[in-house]
Amino acid sequence: MAQKAIREYDAKSILAKHWDKYFPNFTYAYETVLVQNGSELKEAATEKAWLNEKTLVAKPDMLFGKRGKNGLVLFRDAKPGDVKLDKAASWIDEKSSSKQEVFFAFEGDTPTGNASVDYLTHFIVEPFTPHEQAEEYYISATVVGDDDVLYMSAEGGMEVEENWDKVTEVSFKITESEDEIAAKIKANVPADVAEKDKAAFAEFAIGFFKAYRELNFAYLEINPFVMQGSKIELLDMVAKLDDTAGFLMAEAWGDVEYPTAFGMEEKSPEVLAIEEADSKTGASLKLTLLKPDARIWTMVAGGGASVVYADTIADLAGIEDLANYGEYSGGPTTGETKFYAETLLDLMTREKDAQGREKILIIGGAIANFTDVAATFTGIIQAFENYAEKMKNVGVKIYVRRGGPNYEKGLKDIKEAADRLGLWIDVYGPETHVTDIVRMAVEA
Amino acid sequence: MAQLFTKDTQAIFWNNNASAIQRMLDYDYTIKRATPSVAAIVAPTADSKFQKFFWGPDEIMVPLYKNTAEAKAAHPNADVLLNFASLRTAYDVTTEALEIGGFRVIMITAEGIPERLARKMNQAARDAGVIVIGPATVGGISPGAFKIANVGGTIENIVNSKLHRSGSCGLVTRSGGLFNELSNIIAINADGIAEGVAIGGDRFVGSVFIDNLLRMQDNPDVKYMILLGEVGGTEEYKVIEAVKSGQITKPIIAWCIGTIAKHYSSGVQFGHAGASANAERETAEAKNKAMAEAGIYVPETFNDLPAKIAEVYGKLKAEGVIGEIAEPEMNTVPKVRRSKQFICTISDDRGDEATYAGFPISSVALPSTGKGIGDVVSLLWFKKQYPKWATDFIETVIKTVADHGPAVSGAHNAKVTARAGKSVVEALVTGLLTIGPRFGGAIDGAAEHFKYADDNGLTPAEFLNHMKKLGIPIPGIGHRIKSLKNPDLRVKGLMDYAAECFPATPLLDYARTVEALTTSKKENLILNVDGTIGILMVDMWRALGYSEEEINEFISSGTLNAFFIVGRSIGFIGHILDEKRLAMPMYRHPMDDILYDVKMAEKI
Repeated sequence: MAQKAIREYDAKSILAKHWDKYFPNFTYAYETVLVQNGSELKEAATEKAWLNEKTLVAKPDMLFGKRGKNGLVLFRDAKPGDVKLDKAASWIDEKSSSKQEVFFAFEGDTPTGNASVDYLTHFIVEPFTPHEQAEEYYISATVVGDDDVLYMSAEGGMEVEENWDKVTEVSFKITESEDEIAAKIKANVPADVAEKDKAAFAEFAIGFFKAYRELNFAYLEINPFVMQGSKIELLDMVAKLDDTAGFLMAEAWGDVEYPTAFGMEEKSPEVLAIEEADSKTGASLKLTLLKPDARIWTMVAGGGASVVYADTIADLAGIEDLANYGEYSGGPTTGETKFYAETLLDLMTREKDAQGREKILIIGGAIANFTDVAATFTGIIQAFENYAEKMKNVGVKIYVRRGGPNYEKGLKDIKEAADRLGLWIDVYGPETHVTDIVRMAVEA
Repeated sequence: MAQLFTKDTQAIFWNNNASAIQRMLDYDYTIKRATPSVAAIVAPTADSKFQKFFWGPDEIMVPLYKNTAEAKAAHPNADVLLNFASLRTAYDVTTEALEIGGFRVIMITAEGIPERLARKMNQAARDAGVIVIGPATVGGISPGAFKIANVGGTIENIVNSKLHRSGSCGLVTRSGGLFNELSNIIAINADGIAEGVAIGGDRFVGSVFIDNLLRMQDNPDVKYMILLGEVGGTEEYKVIEAVKSGQITKPIIAWCIGTIAKHYSSGVQFGHAGASANAERETAEAKNKAMAEAGIYVPETFNDLPAKIAEVYGKLKAEGVIGEIAEPEMNTVPKVRRSKQFICTISDDRGDEATYAGFPISSVALPSTGKGIGDVVSLLWFKKQYPKWATDFIETVIKTVADHGPAVSGAHNAKVTARAGKSVVEALVTGLLTIGPRFGGAIDGAAEHFKYADDNGLTPAEFLNHMKKLGIPIPGIGHRIKSLKNPDLRVKGLMDYAAECFPATPLLDYARTVEALTTSKKENLILNVDGTIGILMVDMWRALGYSEEEINEFISSGTLNAFFIVGRSIGFIGHILDEKRLAMPMYRHPMDDILYDVKMAEKI
């Protein structure tokens, strides 16, 4: 996926790093730390004096919003704005010690939908900034269709979705020049921005939108930012990067991480191993575990084909039977294919089916453009050789369908190998419809 | 043009992806194209000028260029760019091609071009009226006319999937892998495709479904269309609008893959980067439903797609919209081919009569043809038919350099060897071996240095200074006895001929200004015969339309010396035959003509 969410802390760090380029007439103190527990915060305070000197705000920095409504923003001890370092540290330790419920959607102040439950592991701590409501603003930018769109509002800190009428929306063609963009922003400063602040707001918005574009953000939101003369505070930020631009931005972004969303299961070691292998090859190796105790496993070549197999399994067998989603493509080597196949075979032969049925392995694929089918199948055969006993223990039926360069040899080889190893197999070529083996497997 | 590609379409292939190019050429051969679909290859790091590829059982050479501009200049009719650059350079290659202009279609294979760059590139192409296929695509095909790179896979699969000749379906998919599969399904259940494009899997692609379908609507070969969409994005809705508004009237069969995505709230990326539903209407289900409601043929599931195709095709056939398609004759690409060890581009002895650059020998050799040795040289050395003034000049040069007496080193060597009892060829070779920088090399040297001075706009004084710095006397200047007052008649003859017959002599004119300066210093520093020949050769090639680069290559490859070698061989052979006739004994150099200065070797 090209667009990846980053932490608020990283978003602020990227803007701070390029602050003088985009906001030369504004100042931003960049007083912010990212910590995982209270002692890390205290450790940070030995270097950052403001953590001792100022009162603080602490909140989780784990890609989800609505932290206030979830009761996860610490800004008061006895009264608003009196949180000292010790309190922030103990609060962080308390919130990270047990799993927390987080709701992603609210109606008014009432949560809707199911809560995600997980540990809070990362917190952002910043100075408490006293300011007037009138000094808070909203700004964000993203791509809609083919255009960039800039959203601005004089009302900061609000629920944007609920106050859409207060947001000014300006869209820009990719071809528009700096001057055209600046003129358009100046002409569209929200009417609610006080007359005396309009010029400064426009200047900030122009810098913001330029940073969004030049730093290859896919989404960038500050809600709210506080503008006090030339002094800016970034109270809350959400950002996604276009990670395909990573090779251009290594220097500009610095050390940025792409965390897993809160409440998502941690990736299994097998998935991480496939990701690792994927990053080292020009081919593509992808694996997502959906339901590891399910009956039907897929090893499908090609991004498009992998989707139609998953679609067809969901249609014909039902979603509860689908164990994994994934694909290998782009001409992986025999060794890479063997590794991929062994990872799947290992996962699917750990437990027998709970209902005592045979498991099904779909080795599917469309008619390849250039991948050598025999070469990749050699990798799968090598994996069979290592896992044949386990496969027989669990009971696995293999259905193969593939076409493309050298497919006759590939199909013949895999059939012979399975027969030799005593594995149940059915083999089909391009004369059989690509997903028809799913029907055969389900109807059998 | 309603057709994306025709049987005359030619492409420039950016990046020497030999296996993909070979697949295109195998396809060309199979469908009996007259010209290869790849006119040129841009290979920035290649040193060679051609790459060999198989053309059926034979081989052809496809020219290599360092950059797109050179390739395009040499092949202006190639209006398709197949951009196989990596994701890091694909944007630059496309942008440069748009600036160069003259490309109708640009196909980009790289996956994961930064989104902002992809958007800029796609918009610039749209503004320029250029069709972009991709990024992140395997390409497209007009069966029986032109196939991009790896589309269709192996030649066996292409024929099985009826991609070797035009059918009646217009196919548009996002996925490249499924494009092939769909072609196969359509071949089994209908009569194949007339045109097909895989638009690419990235979020931002150049031409989208609607662009391709509208073109197919106008293409009379396309009788119905198949659209294979994906979860994510709203491009399918543009198609729905076009159907509703009557812009598209041909039947469409469509399916969006990724119906499974609805079962997973988030975090699972099914398929391509472009395939991620951000809203309900972007789900595969919603799109399939909306398309069905608009009157597009939508099957129940992907597994039912073949039956739906058979149904629509059968209906159109029954209505007479689709007729029978004649199966064309095909060439068969041999299974086993061997790459040739040697290449010959100048002559051919395989026919009834051997040819020189395409001309039967008798057509240039017999007196009645009026052709001379200059014509033969122009055919065999330059693969061109030079005009008479140029072939006459070449002959004049050969005649002029044929001999310069027995004392020069080459003739002397030849004579000594002949007197040692060796054969004509052995004696000739010893003579030829002296030809080089000091003997005969002044022709090359004069051409090289005078051309350099002229190209760089050096005044005669600056040129003299330049040569002084290099520490070499100016080649082609100076004679043992001749001077302005006592001119070398060979030189005068050549200059008179050039003045009369050459369209222009810019380098000679320049050389004369240099000569004016050198003779003012010493009167025998005239432009000598070697210098005149070298300089006039450059003028000849300029007048014949060669580029400065090509002329520089002639000089650096030693072509000018070759004229001297041919001419002087005549003289050497004369001296050798002379020795044989005279039956002169073995030569031994008189000892009194040798200074002996031998000292005892020191121990070190």
